[in-house]
Amino acid sequence: MVDTSSHVRRSGGGIGAIYRFWKSLDWPLRIALALLLVFVLVAVLGPWITPHDPLKGYLRARLLPPAWRDGGDWSYVFGTDRLGRDILSRIIAGARISLTVCVLVIAIAGVLGTMIGTVAGYFGGWCDRVLMRLVDLALSFPVILLALLLAAISGPSFTNIIIVISLTLWSQYARMARGETLKIRNEDYVDLARTSGLSDLAIIRRHILPNIAPALIVIATLQVGIVIVLEASLSFLGVGVPPPAPSWGSMVADGRSYIASAWWLCMMPGSAIVITVMAVNLLGDALADRINPALRGRNI
Amino acid sequence: MFRIAAIRAIEALIALLLMSIVIFLLSRVTGDPVALLLGDGATEADKIKLTQDLGLDQPIIAQYLTFLSNALAGDFGRSVTAGNQPALHLIMARLPASLSLAGVALAFTMVVGILFGVIAAVRHNSIIDFAARLIALIGQSVPSFWLGIVLMYVFAVQLGWLPTSGYGQWQHYVLPAATLGLFTLAAITRLVRSSMLEALGSEYIKLARVKGLSERVVIWKHALVNSLIPVVTFMGTFFAVMITGAVIVETVFSWPGIGRLAYESILARDFPVVQAVVLVITSLFIIANLLVDILYVVIDPRMRSRG
Amino acid sequence: MTVSETLPLLDIRSLSVRLGAGPGSPALIESIDLKFRAGETLGLVGESGSGKTTLGMALLRLLPPLLNRGLSGQMLYQGEDIAQMDQAGLTRIRGGEISMILQDPMASLNPIFTIGNQLKEGLRLHATQNGSLEERAIAALESVRIPSPKARLHNHPHQMSGGMRQRVVGAISLTRAPRLLIADEPTTSLDVTIQYQFLELLKDLQKRASMAMLFITHDFGVVAKMCDRVAVMYAGQIVEQGPVREIFRHPKHWYTSALLDSVPTLDQALDRLPTISGSPPAVAARPQGCRFHPRCPNARAKCLETPPIAEIAPAHDVRCWFPLDGKRGAA
Repeated sequence: MVDTSSHVRRSGGGIGAIYRFWKSLDWPLRIALALLLVFVLVAVLGPWITPHDPLKGYLRARLLPPAWRDGGDWSYVFGTDRLGRDILSRIIAGARISLTVCVLVIAIAGVLGTMIGTVAGYFGGWCDRVLMRLVDLALSFPVILLALLLAAISGPSFTNIIIVISLTLWSQYARMARGETLKIRNEDYVDLARTSGLSDLAIIRRHILPNIAPALIVIATLQVGIVIVLEASLSFLGVGVPPPAPSWGSMVADGRSYIASAWWLCMMPGSAIVITVMAVNLLGDALADRINPALRGRNI
Repeated sequence: MFRIAAIRAIEALIALLLMSIVIFLLSRVTGDPVALLLGDGATEADKIKLTQDLGLDQPIIAQYLTFLSNALAGDFGRSVTAGNQPALHLIMARLPASLSLAGVALAFTMVVGILFGVIAAVRHNSIIDFAARLIALIGQSVPSFWLGIVLMYVFAVQLGWLPTSGYGQWQHYVLPAATLGLFTLAAITRLVRSSMLEALGSEYIKLARVKGLSERVVIWKHALVNSLIPVVTFMGTFFAVMITGAVIVETVFSWPGIGRLAYESILARDFPVVQAVVLVITSLFIIANLLVDILYVVIDPRMRSRG
Repeated sequence: MTVSETLPLLDIRSLSVRLGAGPGSPALIESIDLKFRAGETLGLVGESGSGKTTLGMALLRLLPPLLNRGLSGQMLYQGEDIAQMDQAGLTRIRGGEISMILQDPMASLNPIFTIGNQLKEGLRLHATQNGSLEERAIAALESVRIPSPKARLHNHPHQMSGGMRQRVVGAISLTRAPRLLIADEPTTSLDVTIQYQFLELLKDLQKRASMAMLFITHDFGVVAKMCDRVAVMYAGQIVEQGPVREIFRHPKHWYTSALLDSVPTLDQALDRLPTISGSPPAVAARPQGCRFHPRCPNARAKCLETPPIAEIAPAHDVRCWFPLDGKRGAA
C-alpha cells in the first residue's frame, strides 16, 4: 500500500513525485486520469483546436455519418448534425461549457456550503439545529423543479443553471464541514487559540478550515460527475444552457428524433458524457478511499 | 417516539410553508404574471384589468395570503393553454401514471439493489462483487436521458422487443422503469455493499456465528437489517432522484405523467400549471421525507429513546 | 497423572494460521499444540499481537477469509477435526459444543434486536430443555444474575449498562450448555469492580456446568484467579505451558519470567516495576531461531536455531535452549 494521505499534498513535488504518483495507480485509474486530462485540455484549448466552427452549419454537409462509415468524410470525424455542424467541434465546445459549469458551481457551492457547515459546527446550539434542518431539506430537494420554475419565469440562461445546480449541491459540503468541525472543535490547539484571545473568525480561518479541507476536496471531486450529468440533463430538457451553445445535453436532445436514421447525433455527445463522468467518478472514488475510506459508498 | 414524530411533522409543515413562500416570491417578484398570461399583443387596458383581477395591485403580504388560501383549497389557478382547465385537475389526471412508474422502478431497484449489494459483500472480491461495482459505476455515470434513448434504440427500434412509448400494459413499463431505476439501483447496491461489509466485520456478527446460527440467519437477519439503516436515511434523496428522473424519463418515453406535464407546460409557458406541479411535487416530497424520518425511528431502536 | 490419561476434549495439533494459503506466507500463529480436558481451565497469556485472539478465533473457524485459507493443522474435538468441517458441522459445533465470549462485549450485541430476541435465537437451537422459550430466556438471564429479567427481555442493548450487557453476552454464549468456553479478554473494557464480579460469575457458571474454558488474557493476576493450567504465547508460538502453580513458582522460559516480574504485587513499589525491553516483533519481521532471543537477557549463539518444545517437568513444557533454573522471587 502506498502512503495514504500524500497524493493531494504532493502536488508541487516535481517530475519524480508525478512519476511516483503515476506508479501508485492501477490501470483503470491511469486510463481515467489520462481521460480527465484530455477533457480538461480540450476544454481549455477549445476554440483553438476545433476543426470547424461549432455554431456554423454547412447545409451541403448535413447529417454526414462518422468518417469510418460509408459516406463519411475525414474532415468531419464524428459526422455532422441536421444543420451540417461538425459534431467533433461541438463536442469540444461542449467540454468547455461542462468544465466552466463545474468550476463555477463547485466554487460557489463549496464556499457557501463550507461557510454554513463550519458555522453550524463551530457555534452549535440552535444555529446548528436550524442550519442542519435546512441542509437535510436541500440535500434531497429535487433540483429539476427549481430549474423548471426558473426557466418558466425567466427563460433558460447560463446564470440560472449555475444558481440551480449550486443550490442543490452546497448542502453536501455543509454536512461534511459541520461533521469535521465538530470533530476538532474541542481539540487542545483550538481551545488554546480561544483562550489566547483569537476571534472566532480567525480560529475558523487559521485552525478549522485547513483541517477540514481534505474531506471537502473529496466531496468536490465526487461532485464533478454529478455536475456534468445535471448540466447535461437540464440542457437536454431545454432549461439549461440556452441554444445555440453546444451543451452535450442539448446535442443529445437535438439528435433524439434522428435516433433511427442518424444514431451518431445522440451517441457521440452521449458517449462523451459517459466517458468523462465515468473517469471522474473512478478517480473520485480512489481519492476518497485514500483520504477518507469511511466516505466510500456513502456519497450519493 | 410520538414526540419525535410530532416534532418532525411540525418541521415538515414549516418546510411546506417556506416552500410556498419561495414559490410565491419566485412567481411574483422575478416574473411578471400579467405579461406571462397575456403574451405580447395585449393592450394597456387589458393589463390593468388583469392586474386587478389577479389582485396584483394589493400589498404583497395580502397577495401571499390569497395565494396560500387558494392553494389550501386546491385552487392553483387555471391552465393558460389546456382549455382553461383548473391546474389541479390536470395534475390529478396525470398523477397515477407517474406514481405507478416510480413505484415499479423503486420496487425493482430495492429488491435487485439489496440482493446485489448483499451478495457482493458476502462474496467480497468475487466476480459478482466486481459486477456489482461495475454496475454501481455505470449507474452513477450514465445520464438517464441518454440511457433512455439508447435502451429505446436497442430494444424497441432495433430488436423490436418492446414498445418505444405508450402507457397501459406491462411492456410499457419495462424500459422507462429500467431507465428511471438505474441510478438508484447503483446507489443502493453501493450503499448496501459497503454497509454489509462493515456489518459482516462487526462483533455482533461474530456473536451470532458463535451462537451457532446458520449463515442464512447471520446474513439476512443480523447483518442485513443493520445495513438497511443507511438505505432508509437515503430514501428521501432517492425519492428526489426519482422525481428528477421522472421529468426526464417521462419526456423521453412520452409517459403521460406529471413530469412530462411540467416539461410541456414550460414549453407552452403555462405558468399556473408549472407552479402547481412544483407545489404538488414539493408537498409529496416533504411528506415522503416525513415518512422516512418516522420509518427511521421505527427501524432503529437507538433513535427511539432519544428525546 | 490419572487426569492426563483420559481422552482430551479438544486436541490441537501443529495448528498454524498464515496470511493466505501459501506455505511461505507469514504466520500469525505457528505449530500450536494444546490439549483440553473436560472441565479444566487453561489460561492463554501473551502480549497483544502474540496471536492469542487468532488462536481463539481459529478454534471456532471465525477467522476472516484470508486467514481461513491459511489455516493448517488439526483441531480434534472429540475425534472430529474442526479444521476440516463444513458449514453444517460448524453450526453444530458453534454454540452447542464450543462457545465464546468475545473481546468487546459492548459491541457484541446487535443494536437492532431486543435482548430476548437474541437470547431466544440460541435457545431455539437447543431443544433438549423443558419450559417455554420465554421461561428459558428468563432463566438464562437469571443465571447471570440480571435483576428483573422478564422486563429486560424487551430491552435493546443500548438501554443497558456495560456490565449488564456483558452478562447478557455471557448468557447468550452459554445458552446451549457448551462443553468448552473460549473467553477472549472478556473484562478488558469494564471497570475494575465489575471485572471482578464478572470473573466470579464466570467461575461459578463454569463449576456448575463443568465445562472447560480457554481464558485468553494478558493479565497473570487473572490467570492465578481463574485457571488450572497456563500456556504462554510469544510471537505466534507457545513458549511454555504447565500447571499454574508450577509456572508461577518455577517459570522455565525467560519470557514467562519477565512477564511475571512485570505483574504488580502489593509489596512492590510501582515505580520499580521491571519491564521487558523492546517490543514484540511484527508478524512479517519475526526473527530466526528462538523468537524471543533479541529481547532475552540470556541470548547466546545457539538461540539462532529454533528450540524444540521439551517436557522439562511433569506436564510442564518449555521451548528454550537454556531454560531458567531455580525458584522465582528470591531476588
